[in-house]
Amino acid sequence: MLKHIFKKPNIEPEVPVSIEYHKCIDCGTKVDLRKFEDDLKECVCGKSLPLSARKRIDSIADKSSFVELHKNLCTVDILEFKDYKTKLETAKKASGELEAVIVGHCSINGLLCCIFVMDTHFFMGSMGVVVGEKITRIFEYATINNLPVIGFCASGGARMQEGIFSLMQMAKTSGAIKRHSDKGLLYISDLTNPTTGGVTASFAMESDIIIAEPKSLIAFAGPRVIEQTIKQKLPFGFQISDFVLNKGFIDLIVKRKELKPELAKLLRMHCKSEK
Amino acid sequence: MANDIKNKHNKTKQSAKKSKLKMQPYQDLAKTKLAKTDPGSAIDMVAKARIADRMCGSDFIRYALTDFVELHGDRAYGDDNAITCGIGFLDDLAVTVITLEKGKTTNERIKRNFGSAHPEGYRKALRLMKQAEKFERPVICFVDTSGAYCGIGAEERGQGHAIARNLMEMMTLNTPILSVLTGEGGSGGALGLAVADEVWMMQNSIYSVISPEGCASILYKDEKKSPEAAEALKLTSKNLLSFGIVEQIIPENDKTLSNLKTKILEKLHSLLQLDPAELIKRRYDRFRKIGKYEEKKEILIVN
Ligand SMILES: [Zn+2]
Repeated sequence: MLKHIFKKPNIEPEVPVSIEYHKCIDCGTKVDLRKFEDDLKECVCGKSLPLSARKRIDSIADKSSFVELHKNLCTVDILEFKDYKTKLETAKKASGELEAVIVGHCSINGLLCCIFVMDTHFFMGSMGVVVGEKITRIFEYATINNLPVIGFCASGGARMQEGIFSLMQMAKTSGAIKRHSDKGLLYISDLTNPTTGGVTASFAMESDIIIAEPKSLIAFAGPRVIEQTIKQKLPFGFQISDFVLNKGFIDLIVKRKELKPELAKLLRMHCKSEK
Repeated sequence: MANDIKNKHNKTKQSAKKSKLKMQPYQDLAKTKLAKTDPGSAIDMVAKARIADRMCGSDFIRYALTDFVELHGDRAYGDDNAITCGIGFLDDLAVTVITLEKGKTTNERIKRNFGSAHPEGYRKALRLMKQAEKFERPVICFVDTSGAYCGIGAEERGQGHAIARNLMEMMTLNTPILSVLTGEGGSGGALGLAVADEVWMMQNSIYSVISPEGCASILYKDEKKSPEAAEALKLTSKNLLSFGIVEQIIPENDKTLSNLKTKILEKLHSLLQLDPAELIKRRYDRFRKIGKYEEKKEILIVN
């Protein structure tokens, strides 16, 4: 639903092809492109470009520890919504993925956990039935196997083309998360740019510990919708990570490169010693 | 979503002037405006769902409940007038009633923020659902909203968090919950009060992930194409019943309120017979099975 946010970041950095550096749109810092990739596409100031789900998994999972589950779940055009099938094909080509979330299990510094990672390269990371189903399944798997879940959220919200079915995914995932939580298991969410709409109003905000990436948009209603509603400009930094932290809705902000040790620390503190 | 509140406000003002603020009793309305119209198109249904003097939760409270006591506040920030909560007797059964509605008169609509709740509204509702759980009272929710409020305060106080919390807690609330969509079921703002053992819709109500106007402006870049969007979203009570997303459609006629009262009592009594663990398991399964997908056997390589 927040199309405007995606207009910029998906394109590679705004530099001529011959000069191989990335210039930050926020602070103007220039870095060698290869260094920028090594830094997981995050500037020293915290501003970042979207990371694909696979790269994100590589950045936190121990080498070759990731096992993908339910990777062959495919979306059905349930409402026979105009152009939806074509748009799905485009999304598949653009992202190299079958849907907007990847789920599975991996280890982080030797600690086993379940993981779901959303990818904005696929249909703006919007939530349809398959996204909801995969996330629900990974929580059910984690509940049965007594595992913690780490979830990376990145979403423009519900997927309109699946109508009411997409709305219902909010309830479905929430139910699975509640069962996981009631069993005393840990769920950490990491909110990345952008986390909005139905995702914010469900699994993004239902974790025990909410981490956010710097300078990410974290909102229920996107800034454009609010500006249209209240007919005034929003203050600078509204709904951006620091703002949301100050308002009390996230626990901490962690940079991409510092995330793995931070997650390992938190996981270790929640390991249940063998009885 | 509630992005055209000012427009609606003006329209309401005009229509209120015309009728000199005299509200036609719902029964008459059902007989005239609603009963005569054909099933019609989806956008007609949207218009009907938005009629200001439709039946709402407050009508039900006045009609069916005795000794109703309204309870205010979320105990954290404030009291949200878009959502009215309270307890009362439905025959001899004590129930908690939560109603999110737009209001009928101009003054009422302003007071109720046109049916768009702030986070404190959802938190008040949750507080009173937890109270109902403690005292083993069933919960009845009535919902009519174009969506949760989109504004600075709502965002600052965690609109997303408030709704998310409700979804999670309602899923395992240890007492029967029944939700009735009386007009517009607007996205997450409606779902925040509609995670229930059964969800019912009034015949002329709608339930959608986005308003047809919002959908048209995003997809077709043209709000005027909202009739097309309304059709595509499949948001009428008939659609929703066929999808298995709601259990019942409540016919709108001169017997609506008494009929609704009988049905609610019957349903609550039968839900109260269930073992609590069974109740919660059924609620989980109810939502768990919604939606279709394909599970391909072979690994598909995309490129
Ligand atoms: Zn920078």
